[in-house]
Amino acid sequence: MPRTAPHALRRRLLLGMAGGPTLLLAPRAGLAQPRPGRLLVLVELKGANDGLNTVVPYADAHYYALRPRIAIRPEDVLALSPTTGLHPALAPLLPVWRAGELAIVEGVGYPQPNLSHFRSIEIWDTASSAQEVLQEGWLTRAFVARPVPDGYLADGVAVGGTDLGPLAGAPRGVALADPEQFLRQARLIDGERGTPARNAALRHILQVEANIAGAAARLNAHHVFRTAFPAGPFGAQVRTAAQVAANPAGVAAIRLSLGGFDTHQNQPGIHANLLRQLGEGLAALKGALEEIGRWDDALIMTYAEFGRRPRENQSMGTDHGTAAPHFVMGGRVRGGLAGAPPRLDRLDTGGNLSHAVDFRALYATVLERWWQVPSAPVLGGRFAPLDLLRG
Amino acid sequence: MRRLVAALLAGALIGAGAGAAAAAGIGVDDARFLLARTGFAPTEAEVARLAPLARGEAVDALLAAVRTAAASVAPAWVDEPFERPPGAQSSEDARRAYQQREIRRGLELRSWWMREMLETPSPLTERMTLFWHNHFVSAQQKVRSAQLMYRQNLLLRQHALGNFGELLHAAAKDPAMLVYLDAATSRRAAPNENFAREVMELFTLGEGRYAERDIREAARAFTGWSVDPETGRYRWRPLAHDDGVKTVLGRTGAFDGDAVLDILLAEPATARFIVTKLWREFVAPDTSHPADAAEIERIAALFRGARYDLRTALRAILTSPRFYAPEHRGALVKSPVDLVVGLVRQLGVRYTDPLPFAMFAAGLGQNLFAPPNVRGWPGGEAWINSSTLLARRQLAERLLRADDPRGLMAGVPAAMTEAMLRPDAAPADAGGANRMRPEARAPFARAALEVHLDVDAFVTASGGPAGASLARILLAVPPVTPPPAGSTPRQQLRALLHDPAYQVK
Repeated sequence: MPRTAPHALRRRLLLGMAGGPTLLLAPRAGLAQPRPGRLLVLVELKGANDGLNTVVPYADAHYYALRPRIAIRPEDVLALSPTTGLHPALAPLLPVWRAGELAIVEGVGYPQPNLSHFRSIEIWDTASSAQEVLQEGWLTRAFVARPVPDGYLADGVAVGGTDLGPLAGAPRGVALADPEQFLRQARLIDGERGTPARNAALRHILQVEANIAGAAARLNAHHVFRTAFPAGPFGAQVRTAAQVAANPAGVAAIRLSLGGFDTHQNQPGIHANLLRQLGEGLAALKGALEEIGRWDDALIMTYAEFGRRPRENQSMGTDHGTAAPHFVMGGRVRGGLAGAPPRLDRLDTGGNLSHAVDFRALYATVLERWWQVPSAPVLGGRFAPLDLLRG
Repeated sequence: MRRLVAALLAGALIGAGAGAAAAAGIGVDDARFLLARTGFAPTEAEVARLAPLARGEAVDALLAAVRTAAASVAPAWVDEPFERPPGAQSSEDARRAYQQREIRRGLELRSWWMREMLETPSPLTERMTLFWHNHFVSAQQKVRSAQLMYRQNLLLRQHALGNFGELLHAAAKDPAMLVYLDAATSRRAAPNENFAREVMELFTLGEGRYAERDIREAARAFTGWSVDPETGRYRWRPLAHDDGVKTVLGRTGAFDGDAVLDILLAEPATARFIVTKLWREFVAPDTSHPADAAEIERIAALFRGARYDLRTALRAILTSPRFYAPEHRGALVKSPVDLVVGLVRQLGVRYTDPLPFAMFAAGLGQNLFAPPNVRGWPGGEAWINSSTLLARRQLAERLLRADDPRGLMAGVPAAMTEAMLRPDAAPADAGGANRMRPEARAPFARAALEVHLDVDAFVTASGGPAGASLARILLAVPPVTPPPAGSTPRQQLRALLHDPAYQVK
């Protein structure tokens, strides 16, 4: 990996933005701008979800030819159109689809795709091109361009997962598993240490302490929901997200993470189970957000490092691929199919799909249409937003 | 036990350092630094033994003490006949019974390794075994056999400071690895690329030093490697092997898997990749300083010249002047295992079953035998986020409260402890037990009652109540917030364990 490029690129990017890097250091009070409490919930499908068995091209003979053993049969598909249907385990999303509040963007990827999990999720998390290496998450850059209001309990909260992902480097990014436990333990934290830290590791720890103290002072974890949250770790993440969203002190973004999608082997049962958790979890999240009157303020979007190879492998699984469909839902979402269906008759030399929509166009949609933040400086270039939102 | 361990270490050191102790030694602070970086937070006895030695002698003493086998008694089941994990065709009952047994075995396996880390006379052996566990990653969730994970651990420790080339060949054919990266089911008709990709990206060359075509071709070469379902041992299946001509990294031939590994070992990038990773593990996370980059380049050449002898590489790293550079002090974040094992060893915590310590490390993000993915634990600053930092503080707090007859269960309501101890216990109503697997609750509670810390004994043994010396013993760099003047040794200890500086080494 080029090690000199990242810093130069990062500098260029930050300097190119209005206000420049000083925003990171400037006192927040004067800069915070009023903004409707619009929330973004990102759901990472960790390991790379198999798009073709999620949003199934069930009228395409190529699909069944490429996947003689693991294809979803036409009679099992939940039809959305004469050519496209959902995996049956995603039935909990059908009511959202029928309400016109679920958009499915097909063919999301980027040019010259990298098939390493780690490099590719880094590309997605930092909104870089395949050739550049950036340090900060794309949400972090968005919050530098438009600081999150001071009164918020945090810039963003990462629930589950081992990293902050798109929130990496965020001035006030917080990882939080269970809000009640977080509040209990935060009593041990001294958020007011004066001494400047001597090295990067200590600086990081002091920043985390300050974030904890800030979030703990504003977090309330006592909302009682009527919505039933699914059992299991992803259901627990959804419950935490709902608790955070119920706070009067806002948060700009929440990241959830459902792992296990790297289905090289014995895919059908494993994948069905994951999609069931995803569908039930997202349906519960919708219920909880409606209950607290925040469904219209919320935009939920899935993402992953890439999709999977159209041709099944010998182990009843699929190898790393490229483009994949993603879900966008919320009270203001314009439902329906967007992007372009997979062209299984036109695979590249590696047997992979070409992308139809650059993932940064999805991010541009969030930045410009959801948050009214200019997207080009954050994304390092111009990506046309998609028409996924109502007024 | 601790005394015995110390005596063994003393023997090894005296042997290596005889006759030179009179020369200028590295001193107490550098000895503590070297021990913390190559092992876990050291006891004062360990420090005293290393301090009189010169830098090279001290490193030689550590290397001379390295072992190739574990001393702790392995769980009884490791020698039982191998049982293949049940597949989709097995009954629901059979699968559930197998899974529950594997959960129990997984707990015993973690306890076994944790004991080895706590009691070994060679912490460096454990650090290197853990380093390779995080390099040649396999995880129990996918391998589904505690026996295979145990055997892999034996393999990694056998080669821990041996020869990297031999380790690569052995780890590639290790059954846990074959299952984890799907090589065991890869067939000539449709090769599975998972292992071929990771062996280049993560085990040898590093990302970006190969093309997608190299991966596809190498995947063909690795076909035929498999696991015998009866024994759980490596088995060659000639009929599954693609014996055609492949082109990998510009070389063409009818390669098999071993031939591809040799091609990877012939690339200079491999030595550089491994030495860089060792540098990040032992010296500093950022390798961009020109003096560090030059050392890495020099040591990589040395490593290659020594045909991948790992002792040569590690000795060069640990005797490099850059290892002791002032800016690197306190630059590494302690991993959860580092933190937990260090606390127990340094404070002299007593225990019978070390299972709680393995579970604490898991709670902090480092579950032994279960790294999150094939890249392993990302480490460094990523260890510390708001939720893990809080859990680290909570752990120190709990250990300080173990200065109580009820050990780590001090402060836990008796009814809840009782509920945890009953094997058929219903989920307890509060606290950490809710997030614990039901199978783990009783063994955890039993072991936790036997974990004791004698704070006064520790303070006395570390040279009395002088705050400055306590800080020097516990921290690699001065505290961010020094304990207030006039605080008792117990208060000082608590303040220092909660100081951000305690999280780095």
